[in-house]
Amino acid sequence: MRSERRGGASRPLIAGALAGMAFLHVPMLFIFLYAFSSEDQTYLFPPPGLTTKWFGVAWERPDVWQAIRLSLEVATVTTALALVLGTLAALALARTRFFGREAVSLLLVLPIALPGIVTGIALRSAYGLSGIPFGFWTIVVGHATFCIVVVYNNAVARLRRTSPSLVEASMDLGADAFQTLRYVLLPSLGTALLAGGMLAFALSFDEVIVTTFTAGQQTTLPIWMLQELVRPRQRPVTNVVAVVIVALTFIPILAAYYLTRGEEHASGGRL
Amino acid sequence: MVAAVAFDDVSCAFGPVLAVDRVSLEVREGEFFTLLGPSGSGKTTCLRMIGGFQFPTRGRVLIHGADATRRPPYERDVNTVFQDYALFPHMNVRDNIAYGLMVRGVGKAERYRRADEMLELVHLPGSGARRPAELSGGQRQRVALARALINRPRVLLLDEPLGALDLKLRESMQVELKALQRQVGITFVFVTHDQQEALSMSDRVCVFDRGRVEQTGTPEEIYDRPATRFVAGFVGTGNLLEGAQAQRLAGVDSAVMLRAERIAIEPRRAGGVPGVVKEVEYLGAFIRYIVDAGDGVELLVNAARREFERGAEVTLTWPEAACHRVPEARA
Repeated sequence: MRSERRGGASRPLIAGALAGMAFLHVPMLFIFLYAFSSEDQTYLFPPPGLTTKWFGVAWERPDVWQAIRLSLEVATVTTALALVLGTLAALALARTRFFGREAVSLLLVLPIALPGIVTGIALRSAYGLSGIPFGFWTIVVGHATFCIVVVYNNAVARLRRTSPSLVEASMDLGADAFQTLRYVLLPSLGTALLAGGMLAFALSFDEVIVTTFTAGQQTTLPIWMLQELVRPRQRPVTNVVAVVIVALTFIPILAAYYLTRGEEHASGGRL
Repeated sequence: MVAAVAFDDVSCAFGPVLAVDRVSLEVREGEFFTLLGPSGSGKTTCLRMIGGFQFPTRGRVLIHGADATRRPPYERDVNTVFQDYALFPHMNVRDNIAYGLMVRGVGKAERYRRADEMLELVHLPGSGARRPAELSGGQRQRVALARALINRPRVLLLDEPLGALDLKLRESMQVELKALQRQVGITFVFVTHDQQEALSMSDRVCVFDRGRVEQTGTPEEIYDRPATRFVAGFVGTGNLLEGAQAQRLAGVDSAVMLRAERIAIEPRRAGGVPGVVKEVEYLGAFIRYIVDAGDGVELLVNAARREFERGAEVTLTWPEAACHRVPEARA
């Protein structure tokens, strides 16, 4: 492999790249900055003074804790549901041929292409017509519609790359269907499920549109933030929560990076 | 003695395509049995029906006399070496080999001990901790063999296991496989499209074409006395003479097969069949002449040395016994 070229990029290209990076990340810095602002009604620049008191205020507010808690619960249950259903769907559709297979596959991935607002309205009227009360489970089902898809897509791509004779070899050596699933299929799906699961969790955690239509009185974290921005009251508290969430997000990102790091070498031997 | 594997009027159709067409055959206990044929001839489908990966659409498959037609793979006393080896990429070599014991609930110490024994058997001692991705093609092949043999099956199925290896390795693995089969005394059912491989390794060969069995017999029978035109053409290098040509050149009124190496080539003289050398091919171990024997008949002649060049006038002779009559159509 060639060694990296030195000084190869032209100045305008470097400037353009830096401008792009700045456009993406400088607004994040403002979020951080206003978490320390002493002004709580408007976002004045520069902030009149800096303080860390909002961290204490945020800690004391029960509505923050409730929103975070609900979002974590919804995302966890949704991810679990998506992992089970998405994997099963992928196993059913990856190899077998049956009548209507293409139609089922299309219907399965449709929710991710569908605008959230359509999914939201559709679910809301469906819940309303069937008399299902809005609450935790209606949010979970709403999120699951598109979270299943990301798990399914990851799993199906991995299954297509693994040799079908692996399953046959397992059965040939005396393993029944369940043992084959446990010892051969799930391990080869491992990192695909990890990636799909994390994506599903992230999608659910910051979902606004579908949640708006399917939640009852509860507020998930994104909805809570939206409400705080509309009704100014202790504005920097929103920023404090944002900063904490950003910090927490680094944990799974780093974990995934380290867990899948050896992946490229390992998959080189796959047939 | 009960046959190790028997097909009783077996057919297998994939939609409108009949991959295997009313095949009956018997594999004897302890023999090295080869299914030989071009790709798409149904030989691999037959192997998959023995393994249980494919069910026949008619007929019965018997393994050691017991009906196994619709039994799943994990209930058959048969193991397979797959064409792509199908080693589990997330397990090391030892766990791959011990897999068959693991799913049967054999304890860790016992199954690792037996896995190491199998590694000795296939001449790969000490590589149990390596990953399949770190092995060469020939080593993966050995691991696949060890994994299939650890359950001590009564029949071992091999689906073109040498196809992915280079020529030198393939030749040494042929010798090794044959020796291994003698050592373990298990019935081997081997699938290949390579006629040389089939002839050199097998006790008996079954030649397939378009889903049907053309001939079953020892390598000598297949080579010297092909039962059909297809076998005559597919196995070895031969000249098939028909009708008037057969009458003129061999003096018989049916189609005959004349092996290229049974024809002697000498400078033009009286008697024999006169001809003109049209092409000379150097093939290393021998020379192949293409000789124009008149009336548009071209005969392939294998000779040890290069004695004639293009355009040379020659005389061809062969013993009468070298002409084998080939039935006009499949019986």
